[in-house]
Amino acid sequence: MRLPFTRRKPAPSKAERYATATQLQLTWWRFCRHRLAVVSLIVLLLAYTAAIMADFLATTDPHQTNAATSYIEPQAIHWFDNGGFHPFVYGLKGARDMRTFKLSYKVDTSRKVYLDLFAHNYDYSLFGFRTDIHLFGLRNANRNDGIYILGTDQLGRDLWSRLAVATRVSLFIGLVGVSISLFLGVILGGVSAIYGGWIDILVQRMIEVVRSMPTIPLWLGLSAAMPSSWSVTQVYLAITIIISLLSWTDLARTVRGKFLSLREEDFVLAAELAGASQARIIFFHMLPSFTSHIIAAVSLALPAMIISETSLSFLGLGLRPPAISWGVLLQDAQNVQTLVLAPWLLTVAVPVIIVILAFNFLGDGLRDAADPYG
Amino acid sequence: MITFVVRRLLLAIVTTWLISVLSFAIIQLPPGDFVDTYIAQMAASGSSVSAQAAEAMRKMYGLDRPFYVQYGKWVGRIVHGDFGESMEWRRPVLEVIGDRLWLTVLLAFAALIITWGLALPIGIYSAVRQYSIGDYLFTLVGFVGIAVPNFLLALVLMYFSFRWFGASVGGLFSAKYSLLPWSWGKVWDLMKHLPLPAVVLALGGTAQLVRIMRANLLDELRRPYVVTARAKGLTETRVVLKYPVRAALNPFASNIAYLFPFLVSGSVIISIVLGLPTVGPLLVEALISQDMFLAGSIVLLLGVLTVIGTFISDLVLMWVDPRLRQGMG
Amino acid sequence: MAEPLLSVRGLRTHFETPEGTIRAVDDLDFDVFEGRTLGVVGESGCGKSVAARSVLGIVEKPGRVVGGRILLRTHAGDTLDLAALPQDSAAYRAIRGPEIALVFQEPMASFSQYYTIGNQITEAIRLHLRLSRSAARARAIELLDMVGVPQPSRRIDEYPFQLSGGLRQRVMIAMALACDPRILIADEPTTALDVTTQAQILDLLRELQAKRGLAIILITHDMGVIAEMAHDVAVMYLGRAVETGPVADIFAAPAHPYTRALLRSIPTVLAKPRTHLPTIAGSIPMPSARPAGCAFSPRCSEVLGDVCRQTEPPAIGEGARSVRCFLHGGAP
Repeated sequence: MRLPFTRRKPAPSKAERYATATQLQLTWWRFCRHRLAVVSLIVLLLAYTAAIMADFLATTDPHQTNAATSYIEPQAIHWFDNGGFHPFVYGLKGARDMRTFKLSYKVDTSRKVYLDLFAHNYDYSLFGFRTDIHLFGLRNANRNDGIYILGTDQLGRDLWSRLAVATRVSLFIGLVGVSISLFLGVILGGVSAIYGGWIDILVQRMIEVVRSMPTIPLWLGLSAAMPSSWSVTQVYLAITIIISLLSWTDLARTVRGKFLSLREEDFVLAAELAGASQARIIFFHMLPSFTSHIIAAVSLALPAMIISETSLSFLGLGLRPPAISWGVLLQDAQNVQTLVLAPWLLTVAVPVIIVILAFNFLGDGLRDAADPYG
Repeated sequence: MITFVVRRLLLAIVTTWLISVLSFAIIQLPPGDFVDTYIAQMAASGSSVSAQAAEAMRKMYGLDRPFYVQYGKWVGRIVHGDFGESMEWRRPVLEVIGDRLWLTVLLAFAALIITWGLALPIGIYSAVRQYSIGDYLFTLVGFVGIAVPNFLLALVLMYFSFRWFGASVGGLFSAKYSLLPWSWGKVWDLMKHLPLPAVVLALGGTAQLVRIMRANLLDELRRPYVVTARAKGLTETRVVLKYPVRAALNPFASNIAYLFPFLVSGSVIISIVLGLPTVGPLLVEALISQDMFLAGSIVLLLGVLTVIGTFISDLVLMWVDPRLRQGMG
Repeated sequence: MAEPLLSVRGLRTHFETPEGTIRAVDDLDFDVFEGRTLGVVGESGCGKSVAARSVLGIVEKPGRVVGGRILLRTHAGDTLDLAALPQDSAAYRAIRGPEIALVFQEPMASFSQYYTIGNQITEAIRLHLRLSRSAARARAIELLDMVGVPQPSRRIDEYPFQLSGGLRQRVMIAMALACDPRILIADEPTTALDVTTQAQILDLLRELQAKRGLAIILITHDMGVIAEMAHDVAVMYLGRAVETGPVADIFAAPAHPYTRALLRSIPTVLAKPRTHLPTIAGSIPMPSARPAGCAFSPRCSEVLGDVCRQTEPPAIGEGARSVRCFLHGGAP
């Protein structure tokens, strides 16, 4: 037996507001009490905004290689100069190693390169407009100078700019993948619950079969079988489909479980007795009462998608250069010798971890909030 | 009980069949066929194959027949232990795979044991001492375990061991043993190298299972039968371990069945980072160099092993659940 | 009348929650006598079940017994104050089972589904009576037979999910009686059962009481069950007993307006068809927002005025009867 007085109830003044709130409102109120989840939501919104604005945030063309700037260490931005706010970075100067005769570039602290806001650089399109304005850029730069906040890779490409673009690719591949999974999950889970019988058995067995397959080897195999002549976009789509084909099962299970438990609820029976059609019951009575559960399940499925893409690309079998994604960037950090030479290549892991953590916290908060009457 | 076993067995058979079809599709999907590749290789080594000879080869391998006939022939050969030849290595696939398959299974199994061994006590502790410092600590570590993909963890581990000890922590054998045939010394060497990759592999799954165990146990701790048990005058430890833990074990055990495929998957990717002689690196190499017979066979073998592992987990599950044993499942 | 077996005085069990202290049981008094049944009655949320758990020492966190005395006369003949014992002490564990036992609302949920009923019954026998495995089993079969479980030697190896609801509740009673307790707390023992089974279980309890001199604390919200089973009644409202006394007296002349209201809300066969069953106005307030003065005053139809809303009425009465209401005097 439950102890009725240990249940949290709002003070009587709020009681009326509480009693007349819709389920989504209730869910939202409960969600807001989950501080970590709210913070995570903000972090994710920022991440997606940054992803949309990736090219605006980039300081140099992420695809442009330059042998001279290979493996430049991360450079700090200096904010003050001559007693005023004049952000600058130091320039680079080439020096020949007297033993190997290799030309390598070092930081030249005698030369300051000043930063400009809204500087002009490479062309890109944002919301359909072509522009070349970037958040910041250099004013009096030599050929090899750059704002290397996160350093450069072996081919001399700026890691910050590459990371910005990679974030866009990886975050949206997750969204697209989840949408496909959600579509499959809602359709198959819903059909399975509504029709029952042999359809239910079939879908259930299908889920079990998919769940007992080792996913990574299969993904690897399928993505390796893609013709190498495919364009970046084609590969992108194919990878998304491959990933979502094997990850709709959890969503389908959630949907089916919710459908089945809701069917036993009194309000559904009441609607049936009132003569509502099946479609009306499903769309007006049942779906609204578990949208929050679906949102929670989706936010827990997203990080798995992102990890899948990252893993595949990391192994060289997902997105391939010249496409840029978190996995592609991490692939450069795959071997220890490179890492010891250029440990900053691992900074890519930071946004990966933050985003996955945020999705997990968000999903947890949503799941707790999804049962506002519980 | 028998229905349960039969159902699971049927499921295993269907899964195996599906995996075999997918494996065969992986072999078949790339443009061109085995003979084209063979001709290209012969041409590369300086000899040429006549069009007639190529046609004869196609007939011999049944490459002129429809997909399902070829699939049937392929399965037929596999049943007799003939997995075909690796293009890259010019040797039978099974020979190339060698011990790697068993090392993969060993690694996944070790990770499974570690997952169980850690997740169960930590989950119980976190639920019983909900909101204690220990609970928060484990929750935090758990989130890291969930958020850091295991290949990143392996990568970071490699980096720091290289920085601090100047040595690689990778591999499953010392240099001295890696090429020697099996001996007790080599087994012992393997035992010393196994825990580290196994822990890296186990961490993600452990974190998930701790969460599952904690949530289940928290639910169970509120049930009336716990009050009944307390009212009998049992000690709190005995109450918790005998009743709610027992009940929470069930959803936990059914998750174990899906843990094995997850671990096999993970082993492929961490093996590459940590340089472990499992089938993982071999599979990726084979896929990149389009050595499709080798790749397809590895996918098939891994799949079948996973199915067997899952089936065994199911039997364990049946053994722990009286409702399944009594034929109510 | 004889000495009570269990005497509860001024019992307070509070729950510390982030929203404030919830006084689930607040200054509760009652006595339990050998061979008699005390019916504890009240609406849900009035603290009946918490009171029962307080006596057994199994109040769950964040709840705690913060005051009062729970005086128990044990088998050995000495008197213990249970409120002074730590809940998880060995001394308290020795009380649970051999002295006081519990039978609960839902027989399905009150058993673990993972062990046979034999396992769950013999566990307590072996723990408290220190019998061998086979002796404990023999005793369990005997107990099952006593509570009317057919084919007890076969049933003992079955799982709870293989039994019907009525049988499960019988097994539950057998389990509670396993160590010969003198007090049985039955917390809504028949609520989850259908009417016929309910009558059978109540008959069984009465029969066991007659045979063994068992003292029963019967917790229910059902005045009908009280009328049928109880010798004495304690009417609870918001954590305290507003009226106590022998059942016949209380039914004949209810003194507290709340008791009267409860009695009015029992449907009777003699009532005119299609008349409204009287209900009590308003609903039970949250224990955290306890009204000042008499807690029932906001819902009371006979409220006297500010005295009820400002001053807590003391318990007044003679002999076994006692009532907390200014209608019967005690006003300052």
